[in-house]
Amino acid sequence: MDLNTIQTVVTRPTRADLGGWRLGDAWLAGGSWLFSEPQPHLRRLLDLGGFGWPSIKADAEGLTLAATCRIAELRGWAPPPDWTATALIDGCCRALLGSFKVWNVATVGGNICLALPAGPMTALAAALDGVCTLWSADGQRSVPVLDFVRGERLTALRPGEILRSIHLPVSALRRRAALRQISLSPLGRSGALLIGTMGRAGDLALTVTASTVRPFRFDFPAPPSADGLGTALDAIPPAAYHDDVHGRPDWRRHVTRLLGREIVAELAAGARA
Amino acid sequence: MSFTINGTAVERAPRPGQCLRTFLRDLGWFGVKKGCDAGDCGACTVAVDGQAVQSCIYPAFRAEGRAVTTIEGLAGEDGRLHPVQRAFLDAQGFQCGFCTAGMIMTAAHLDDAQRRDLPAALKGSLCRCTGYRAIADAVAERVHVEEGGVGCNAPAPAGPGLVTGAAAFTLDVRIDGLTHIRLARSPHAHARVRSIDRAAALAVPGVIAVLTHEDAPPTLYSSGRHEHEADDPFDTRLLDDVVRFVGQRVAAVVAETEGAAEEGVRRLVVDYEALPAVFDPEAAMLPGAPVLHPRPSGLGEPDVGVPPSPSNILATVKGRIGDVDAGFAEADTLFEARFDLQRVQHAHLETHAALGWLDADGRLVIRCSTQVPFLTRRALCRLFDLPADKVRVQCGRVGGGFGGKQEMLVEDIVALAVLRTGRPAVLEFSRQDQFIGATSRHPMRIDVKLGARADGELTAMQLRVVSNTGAYGNHGAGVLHHGCNESVSVYRCANKRIDGHAVYTNTLPAGAFRGYGLSQVTFAVESAMDELARRLGLAPAAMRRRNMVRPGDPMISVSADKHDVEYGSYGLDQCLDAVEAALAAPGGLPAPTGAQWVTGDGLALAMIDTIPPRGHFSNASIRLRRDGRFALAVGTAEFGNGSTTVLGQIAATALGTAVDRIVIEQSDTDAVSHDTGAYGSTGVVVAGRAVLRACEALATRIRKAAADQMGVSPASCRLERDGVRSGTALLSFADLEESGSPLAAEGFFDGTPRSVAFNVQGFRVAVNRHTGEIRILRSVHAADAGRVMNPMQCRGQIEGGVAQALGAALFEHLDIDAEGRVTTTTLRNYHIPAFADVPHTDVIFAETADTVGPLGAKSMSESPFNPVAAALANAVRDATGVRFTSLPLSPDRIYAALQPSAPKGVATAEPALSAGCA
Repeated sequence: MDLNTIQTVVTRPTRADLGGWRLGDAWLAGGSWLFSEPQPHLRRLLDLGGFGWPSIKADAEGLTLAATCRIAELRGWAPPPDWTATALIDGCCRALLGSFKVWNVATVGGNICLALPAGPMTALAAALDGVCTLWSADGQRSVPVLDFVRGERLTALRPGEILRSIHLPVSALRRRAALRQISLSPLGRSGALLIGTMGRAGDLALTVTASTVRPFRFDFPAPPSADGLGTALDAIPPAAYHDDVHGRPDWRRHVTRLLGREIVAELAAGARA
Repeated sequence: MSFTINGTAVERAPRPGQCLRTFLRDLGWFGVKKGCDAGDCGACTVAVDGQAVQSCIYPAFRAEGRAVTTIEGLAGEDGRLHPVQRAFLDAQGFQCGFCTAGMIMTAAHLDDAQRRDLPAALKGSLCRCTGYRAIADAVAERVHVEEGGVGCNAPAPAGPGLVTGAAAFTLDVRIDGLTHIRLARSPHAHARVRSIDRAAALAVPGVIAVLTHEDAPPTLYSSGRHEHEADDPFDTRLLDDVVRFVGQRVAAVVAETEGAAEEGVRRLVVDYEALPAVFDPEAAMLPGAPVLHPRPSGLGEPDVGVPPSPSNILATVKGRIGDVDAGFAEADTLFEARFDLQRVQHAHLETHAALGWLDADGRLVIRCSTQVPFLTRRALCRLFDLPADKVRVQCGRVGGGFGGKQEMLVEDIVALAVLRTGRPAVLEFSRQDQFIGATSRHPMRIDVKLGARADGELTAMQLRVVSNTGAYGNHGAGVLHHGCNESVSVYRCANKRIDGHAVYTNTLPAGAFRGYGLSQVTFAVESAMDELARRLGLAPAAMRRRNMVRPGDPMISVSADKHDVEYGSYGLDQCLDAVEAALAAPGGLPAPTGAQWVTGDGLALAMIDTIPPRGHFSNASIRLRRDGRFALAVGTAEFGNGSTTVLGQIAATALGTAVDRIVIEQSDTDAVSHDTGAYGSTGVVVAGRAVLRACEALATRIRKAAADQMGVSPASCRLERDGVRSGTALLSFADLEESGSPLAAEGFFDGTPRSVAFNVQGFRVAVNRHTGEIRILRSVHAADAGRVMNPMQCRGQIEGGVAQALGAALFEHLDIDAEGRVTTTTLRNYHIPAFADVPHTDVIFAETADTVGPLGAKSMSESPFNPVAAALANAVRDATGVRFTSLPLSPDRIYAALQPSAPKGVATAEPALSAGCA
């Protein structure tokens, strides 16, 4: 929709603009969320696309995604064959409520910075040990994705800071992975989105998103029993289960356990095979 | 900045925060629609450098230097349709057509893999009308259209315009000097407006006027529109100094631009004195509850529809047939339960909108998205004290209605602005406005008690219905009465007691919604019948067969008085047999494997009177044009119901010619003298009857004129496609000479007598006891529509009705919080069925021909909605053992009800929400 209070668009921002950030400013990534709701408090848009960051960089260290990498670009990218965990990309793209038309404009960084519980790029990056690089006027810092998304619509970004990129280490990309998603309608907004990964040593990492207001991560030295999993998931405080029209918290808590068990079973079965 | 749009270079700078959608529309590309303006519905889909995007969430400046293609640019330069456009015509993959441009732009940009996975590929493309089967068929390039009159699958005349983006919906016209209106809405559920300070708003550059209750006429009226003014209470002021629900319009700001109008609204300073509010209809009926509408003094017309004071009870139904207590004493089995039906929204993709201006003669012209142009004119005339010839109301193509546009929600404000400023003005609802400031289905609480003998015969039926009409009484009485009527009168039972109340509360006003009360009460009655059958060990179909009315039985709900509903035809038995047989036969999807999945079958029936009671009027006129084609003028509106197609078929059949010779002019108060409008499923059975009468009269006149001209007897003359034949001689229509009276005729129908139509829905479902998911394995719908005028279209109406009803049964709930605020204000938080959500439904038609309807037809547009939710709940009951008494049947609510800790038996599931939604 038209954002009629916007007076200026900075199409070629520089790093200096980070210092000039003021009330009424918003960083524009894909725009698919920003233009989807009234924003009467905004006066100026700073177009992150103007930085011209390369979207995808893959090297021996792993995968670095610019915040402005469009979801369609990530989905269309061909990963090295031994980066088995990249099989998650398609599932996470499909878990986005928006269709391929949104993939064409929405960005990986935008999805993470929006910090919706159901954000599938948050799930992907958190499950793959992602680390955010944040830019500010006077420098940069690194924050794990798990700590970056702190709650519903709440991130670790400070005023004037932006998400520059997300790095997924090669160690995580080489793990085997399994994904489960459920929603109140067949392709609706995720009520729970869980990702498990397993290393060669049989160690298992389970990341819980969508059912909870922020990602939760559970690391097991070996695939846990149902009881072991349940005990671990009990660490999620009841208040952390999200409550909105896309699922009641009691159901979210329950399906989190169910999907977690399915993931453990799939990964464990793969390990035996 | 430079853009290439549909192959043409454009130099123009969009506003800084402008989205591509409005930028393109400003340039005249009206094929780009607004359904949600939020990236949820896809009606605005265009291609940028060959990639499909939703233009409402695409910053316009980003398209600089790029090639943008809209629906208008999809066809080849030689005008040849794109294959996808052709396919949507061949399969008639649309109804109202508002989503069509975006749907085609999306479908035209799918790759092969996406075409094989339409549920995912089309999840950003919402259609509220079709139920998606016709869209799937279009993508698969299936052909359904055929040439012909009544009984054939004639295509909609609007089709070519819809698939090319040329069809002009309400706002798809350019008007110079247009001003824009935005509404200030109340943050309070009940308050008196002490003062409104307009100074800051008027100081905003571009703001022209601020309209408040001080500018509004004192006249009371109802936003609900009916042929009989007394059907709705005159309880509403155009702008009032008392507000009765959160979201009620308080003031209108008129400005040169939308942005200025919005800023004006933000700068208005309104001083409210908060008043006590009541949200629950049961509480609103108690002594001491705040009264929303104390009897007005000196306002309105005391003889018409003034609500009784001092009470919030708008309308009451009290029916006493036989002796219900004796009937229950006679019963071997009783069943009693309380059902709560939630608030749902129409979600027609074209929001409410109106344009207004003064024409060269100083006449007020309102172009609006309405089902009732003539009744809107009547209301405007009354409000502004204008004679009928000083107001013209017309529609463009109307983008869906479902009852929501049997309401005047924007036209009055636009008229006030035009009359006050002398400038053309437009008011277009946002999608948020649709949720907070339009209408909804009436939430209802229904207590049902049924008694039956061991053989299944009903001994008594008792209902208590409390309908929440919200802050205003538009449609409140009619919906209550209708809801309690055919849902009960379809069963033969000597003893019936019905107590119903429509009650004011400080919530969003409810209004007309597909089914008009029947979907709610039918859910309760059909669920209770199912449960009673179980307790008696009878098959659900057998239980119904034992009790349903048959020709000759009186149709009685609250009164045994004589009425004008008759069995013009009867196909309920066929429908029930067909659904029962289909559920018993192999077919449908296999049940998922795993012990967590349980399966069950369920069905439900519904009856509907083919026309609303007490008169529904249509005029039609037909005239032979000099070019040999026929100009048919009708008043009824087309909003995707397909009546225009059928009216053309009726005319072609009556005139012995082909549909391409019929040119239809409609939905304009200048077209005919009067038409009640397109509600109550009357497009075919009322307007069609008027058309038939006009065409039959003209055919007689043409035969006479041709006989005179050819020197033969009229009896020897037969009308055919291109003219009049007598023996071997053919006189073409274009060569017919008017001698004396012009070759034109008129037809009229008053909507009486009326007949009954029937629908039976059956489902087989699988329910996952662990996650609460439902999978519909089989869906079958049998309909008695009389003689089916256009099977393809009628099937589409049924599929669309089933899909919309599945939305209400599975997903949809418009929530209102404890302060009276609507909290579901976007389509991503109010989930309407998408492609992935709608199963295939087998549609079966009963073979009947009605003696009342035109050429044997009966109505079939609202009614398919009505039995669906009960059939689904009955199937879920069969699968799980749990009787759901409220909706939607979403996985989280099913999961909760299936927990061992949940109370057993009936009524285990609590309503979807609490306050304000009884």
